[in-house]
Amino acid sequence: MASQNNDNSAYWQENLKLLAKLLVIWFVVSFGFGILLVDFFNQFQVGGYKLGFWFAQQGSIYVFVALIFYYAKRMGDLDKKHGVEEE
Amino acid sequence: MELKILTYIVVGITFALYIGIAIWARAGSTKEFYVAGGGVHPVANGMATAADWMSAASFISMAGLIAFMGYGGSVFLMGWTGGYVLLALLLAPYLRKFGKFTVPEFIGDRFYSKTARVVAVVCLIIASVTYVIGQMKGVGVAFSRFLEVDYDVGLYIGMVIVFFYAVIGGMKGITYTQIAQYCVLILAYTIPAIFISLNLTGNPIPQLGLGSTLVGTETYLLDRLDQVVTELGFSEYSTTERLSTLNMFVYTMSLMIGTAGLPHVIMRFFTVPKVSDARSSAGWALVFIAILYTTAPAVSAMARLNLHETIKPSDTNQELVYAERPQWFKNWETTGLLKVEDKNGDGRIRYVADKAENEMVKVDRDIMVLANPEIAKLPNWVIALVAAGGLAAALSTAAGLLLAIASAISHDLLKGVLRPNISEKNELLASRMSMAGAIVVAGYLGINPPGFAAGTVALAFGLAASSIFPVLMMGIFSKKINKEGAIAGMIAGITITLLYVFQHKGIMFIPGTSFLGDMGPNWFFGIEPNAFGAIGALVNFAVATVVSKMTPETPEEVQELVESVRVPAGAGAAQDH
Repeated sequence: MASQNNDNSAYWQENLKLLAKLLVIWFVVSFGFGILLVDFFNQFQVGGYKLGFWFAQQGSIYVFVALIFYYAKRMGDLDKKHGVEEE
Repeated sequence: MELKILTYIVVGITFALYIGIAIWARAGSTKEFYVAGGGVHPVANGMATAADWMSAASFISMAGLIAFMGYGGSVFLMGWTGGYVLLALLLAPYLRKFGKFTVPEFIGDRFYSKTARVVAVVCLIIASVTYVIGQMKGVGVAFSRFLEVDYDVGLYIGMVIVFFYAVIGGMKGITYTQIAQYCVLILAYTIPAIFISLNLTGNPIPQLGLGSTLVGTETYLLDRLDQVVTELGFSEYSTTERLSTLNMFVYTMSLMIGTAGLPHVIMRFFTVPKVSDARSSAGWALVFIAILYTTAPAVSAMARLNLHETIKPSDTNQELVYAERPQWFKNWETTGLLKVEDKNGDGRIRYVADKAENEMVKVDRDIMVLANPEIAKLPNWVIALVAAGGLAAALSTAAGLLLAIASAISHDLLKGVLRPNISEKNELLASRMSMAGAIVVAGYLGINPPGFAAGTVALAFGLAASSIFPVLMMGIFSKKINKEGAIAGMIAGITITLLYVFQHKGIMFIPGTSFLGDMGPNWFFGIEPNAFGAIGALVNFAVATVVSKMTPETPEEVQELVESVRVPAGAGAAQDH
């Protein structure tokens, strides 16, 4: 029982680390590129899009989708590694 | 006449389909009624979640809002999608592991308190009822325009259909109907967008068309739009902020955490078989949502350009003669959503930013999506499909919200607190009755709407953000937050948000009762009322943390409960208890 608790806390710590990394990306692409730094990125042009505008209305959404699937994949691996996956 | 018949046929077919599914998949037990039996495939749940969550506001109002806000409208695009990252990473898998029926049920168990559960129910009902008003308005608008009946009558028809549909269905029926509704609404949204993008830019993919040049020119669409609107005195499309950088930041945050805190969305993740399914299902939901959400900004910019081109075509540079206005213009004047006043008496329509000169005295934002196919001269069946799509979006969300409200009343209040020994049959009956009550309240508020659809909806997000999201997150990620902290946090968060809104918008939105007046200078750091949820959430976090420090520690068995929701192993199907 005690060893299982230790396993779970290692699992939880790894989960928290992964969460922190992904939430930084989540924050940077939307609040960073799309809002706070939008004027800076708008200096660059991708086709007819100003880059900051593109992040705010397109790019951030694509990144959000990728983040969730990446998290689901990594957590699946983590569940197996720590032996806490569902039957 | 032909269009009207076609619209009746298309809308009729979709309604028959929904009702057919609802009857085929009607709920026979409370488990089926609340969580669809717990065996929904993650991709199917993703699709149902997309329909559940993409409301009349997303479908009808959002592109119109962005069309007139330009870059500032990005708050809706990022806010209403970014929340899924929070949901997938911070809430959905853990709440699925907990494995019960409702969101207040988790709050009640985690904070070992019936009071906490009741406070959560109250917060849920306030947020969900506010949200349902927007759907009712969407139903009224769609009916009144496409089936040529009064707004009020349209709303009554909508209420009857929602009533029939939500009461029979339960979560099981709602799930499968929402999948059908998603297909209808996404086709209805993307087909006109593809045609319009093709017309304007020659590129059939709206997401690429928005960044392309206009047909036959070297000018980028967005540059041309910026030029057209600034010449008429409007603010530049691609750069104009929504009030201020801080306001945009806070507004986006409010919508994100509000999305993650909306009970009718969270509930959908109780229907998948496993914890790992809850994670991937959130990803699928966002894929299906992103198809509409990355198309919407293209629709916004293109519709805005089309509108200006109609009233003052760039090739002649002459303002449109009122007597020569196109048919769609007349149609929308009849509904009262467009209104022209020939102020200078020259028989032409002048559309400029200057209020004293502007003759387009009313341009309802919702027109940008609803009239889009007509403005772009698309065939009648596309117009009929848009009608069906708008109704699908409104009905699917209304059904999800009504289920959240009904289950909070019947499962949390009645069975959880007042009558723990109630039989399953009676609980099911009670749930159906509370749905009926909610529909009547929502209908009344839909006839006296507090703002245009997306405005009301944005407020609901603020309320969910300030009350439900923080307490769920703290419940999972901190063992220290106790019963007293959670209760005080929820009450403080939602109270401060409601006070801020009422202070500016009137108590219960009754005009003239705002105690400081809805004036920009009175806004806290220039933050608009709809954006205040993030501040309410901060207050919630802070109050809960401080109060928890001053009161007795969380009991041992509750700490073990927190441990158990953190690991997937041992999750069963959603359990009865």
